[in-house]
Amino acid sequence: MSTQIEESETEAQEQEAEAEEAELPAEQEPQTPGDRRRAEKRERREQETASEPVAETDDTFKMKVFRYDPEVEGKMEPRFDDFYVPKKKGMTVLDALIYARDRFDTTLTFRHSCRQAVCGSDALFINGRQRLGCQTQISDLDTPVRIEPLPHQDVVKDLVVDMEHFYDQMEAVEPFFQPDETPGDELEEQRQSRENREKVKMSTRCIWCGACMSSCNVAAGDNQYLGPAAINKAYRFAMDEREGENMKEHRLNVMDQEHGVWRCQTQFSCTNVCPKDIPLTEHIQELKREAVKQNLKFW
Amino acid sequence: MHEHDVLVVGAGGAGLRAAIAAHEEGADVALVTKLHPVRSHTGAAEGGINAALRDGDDWELHAYDTMKGSDYLGDAPAIETLAQDSPKETVQLEHWGMPFSREDDGRVSQRPFGGLSFPRTTYAGAETGHHLLHTMYEQVVKRGIKVYDEWYVSRLAVTDHDDPEERECHGVVGYDIKTGQIQGFKARNGVILATGGLGQVYDHTTNAVANTGDGAAMAYRAGVPLEDMEFIQFHPTTLPSTGVLISEGVRGEGGILYNNEGERFMFEYGYANNDGELASRDVVARAELTEVNNGRGVEDEYVHLDMRHLGEERITDRLENILHLARDFEGVDALEEPMPVKPGQHYAMGGVETDENGETCISGLYAAGECACVSVHGSNRLGGNALPELIVFGARAGRHAAGTDLGEAEISTGETEETEFEDGLDTPVEPGAVATSDEDAVADGGTAITSPDETVRHAVENERTRVDHLLEKDEGVQQAELREKLQKSMTENVNVFRNEEGLKQALEDIREVRERYEDVYVNDPSRTFNTDLIHTIEMQNLLDLAESITLGALARDEFRGAHWRQEHQERKDDEWLKHTLLSWNEGTPKLWYKPTILDGEKEYEPKERSY
Repeated sequence: MSTQIEESETEAQEQEAEAEEAELPAEQEPQTPGDRRRAEKRERREQETASEPVAETDDTFKMKVFRYDPEVEGKMEPRFDDFYVPKKKGMTVLDALIYARDRFDTTLTFRHSCRQAVCGSDALFINGRQRLGCQTQISDLDTPVRIEPLPHQDVVKDLVVDMEHFYDQMEAVEPFFQPDETPGDELEEQRQSRENREKVKMSTRCIWCGACMSSCNVAAGDNQYLGPAAINKAYRFAMDEREGENMKEHRLNVMDQEHGVWRCQTQFSCTNVCPKDIPLTEHIQELKREAVKQNLKFW
Repeated sequence: MHEHDVLVVGAGGAGLRAAIAAHEEGADVALVTKLHPVRSHTGAAEGGINAALRDGDDWELHAYDTMKGSDYLGDAPAIETLAQDSPKETVQLEHWGMPFSREDDGRVSQRPFGGLSFPRTTYAGAETGHHLLHTMYEQVVKRGIKVYDEWYVSRLAVTDHDDPEERECHGVVGYDIKTGQIQGFKARNGVILATGGLGQVYDHTTNAVANTGDGAAMAYRAGVPLEDMEFIQFHPTTLPSTGVLISEGVRGEGGILYNNEGERFMFEYGYANNDGELASRDVVARAELTEVNNGRGVEDEYVHLDMRHLGEERITDRLENILHLARDFEGVDALEEPMPVKPGQHYAMGGVETDENGETCISGLYAAGECACVSVHGSNRLGGNALPELIVFGARAGRHAAGTDLGEAEISTGETEETEFEDGLDTPVEPGAVATSDEDAVADGGTAITSPDETVRHAVENERTRVDHLLEKDEGVQQAELREKLQKSMTENVNVFRNEEGLKQALEDIREVRERYEDVYVNDPSRTFNTDLIHTIEMQNLLDLAESITLGALARDEFRGAHWRQEHQERKDDEWLKHTLLSWNEGTPKLWYKPTILDGEKEYEPKERSY
């Protein structure tokens, strides 16, 4: 067979209805010979990749992958491409994506790096749920496996979303340690009790993948809402006994705002999707309680 | 053109620490990284940070252990600096809020690690690197240090003097991954390379996909020597299917290795009768493969690592992350059954030749962390010594680049009167003679014009030409095919066990891939997030580094540390107490040597290593 990619026209049209409409940049006239050659290359690629559908067999599974590129003519309209990937024991969604990219279509674009669930770069919407591609076994999924970029984020290209807003929210909560004082001796530790370390331990595991933010209905509707990851980051410091009372009060004030903890509607979607099992909703609730207690003190 | 005093390329442990240090010295510093800082591979480090913090331990013991572990190929001034600076750098992290594991008295916990005479490995669960990375990024945010994330640095801007030691580095060329723009970055004071490991040279590695050795390869093509590249560490406990790392902490806490007969082979077959599972990494890796090669491996591929006897409470307290890794990536519940493990590429002991202030022979060009070779690890790195290297030498490079006087370095860089050139190496193919993209310069990216602005502009032009060519070319060969061929050959021929025939085969394969790379093209025409293009540029770096590893391995006809040679089963101190260096200049790599420095504040007498 010539290729295992199926990009049937009708399929793409069907999917378009479901996919979000993307902003299309105005098409430009080719200006240099280089631009012209690139345009020709785009056109040729378009013709080459349209091929006969290939059925799923016992040895392969079907993966439907979201495609979009604001620059390439055939991809400006969002669509899904089908890839048929050989089944292999222990194969993860990330493995399958890499296989499809390296064997079938090198233009398939997604972020990935550590492939062991610590870099947080391959959070994707897999069969309708936010998951890390590297941490998700194909054998745990129904086929066809449907892979989309994280919802509620702007799509840059294919499965890559713009993370700027997420980073901005993380940085809005003063995500750095601010103890009252640090020992003057550079070899003297500040000391932290084992109990206190246990208390903040789960909150320190966040890998900034953005799955929680993407799953949160409230964050989807309120762009200013700090969101579960940023609030969890604030929790990590607010609950650290080495930061003093004044700083805790300051941190609670940052949380106790219109777009802070009170936006959370306790839907648990963040907690459900967190790949590091951080009890995000619980942390948000605890900060709500702390904020109330603090306000009571002033009465 | 962007302009800063100090540019740090790469934002993992060494890069972040360098940026913070330069900022503290008052420099206007920026980080340029092809990922986002929190995505850096430092986050995957598990075990811990060696630092002599407690009574009964001191820097001299740490230095001695490190020198012994290095098989006497480390340089004493670098090792002593590491051991002396590590305690204050580690406590500095604690002051920045890093959530270390704690003792009952609230002080940070330490645990035993392979090759250490004292339990000095300071840790945060089995996810020390994650916490170190995030803690330092928090400090970068606090200081408002500029970060160019998802900018790929693909070329250095250096002047084109004939002698590399007269060259100056004035900046770098960056490629904005999101938009495809190519721009110059000028550094008024210095450029610090902190681009990390090169594990992608191999197909079974604990390293991230991003670890393609970009900094080391760029420095090499600019005329900086690569040092001791043949020394690649293979970690004894990686998961067979993915290469995911199972921390040495498991053995440190008492985990046991078994063969398919259920024998505790480290003792029963006498690989390390004193230290058993806690022998140095090279020793354990060879023991495991010997078991497999002698038919005592499980499924002829791996051995078992068992930690069940440690008990759920201790495992959850100190090694919880390992339970998740074993479950997610191998489908094994490590509380119920042993974990399958085998050796995998883990760390490059070699890298860009630097002195203990982080500087290379090109003025204004620094390197720190895994991409550098200040020579603290020699021929074998001890577990827990990578993270202190990042923070100790990252900080020093940052300070020095920002203009602080750290005193004269004791380690010399570049060619000196002690240099000894290799002239008799029998190679099957001439190494690396295939031309690079810029044929009018002796250094890749170099320019005869020496004004800083012009140097950066010239490098940017060269890079635009290269990228345009790759994007416009319509057909040829694609990088994925070449990368696979290279990785397979390296894993087959330049692995834990090495022989002359295999090394020569690897050189021939590398040559073949290099020639085919001349015809490489990028299928994706888009300027938006073109990972096809990035991988294609990275591929050249993998090629140059694979060649330097293999050439060094062929030249070194002895058995030292991680470098085992079938035909040469002894350490040859008379001949080989010296570093291999490979430098590329005017398109031709040359191999040369410089002596190891065994005298620092203390003297280190080579002794036989026994565990």
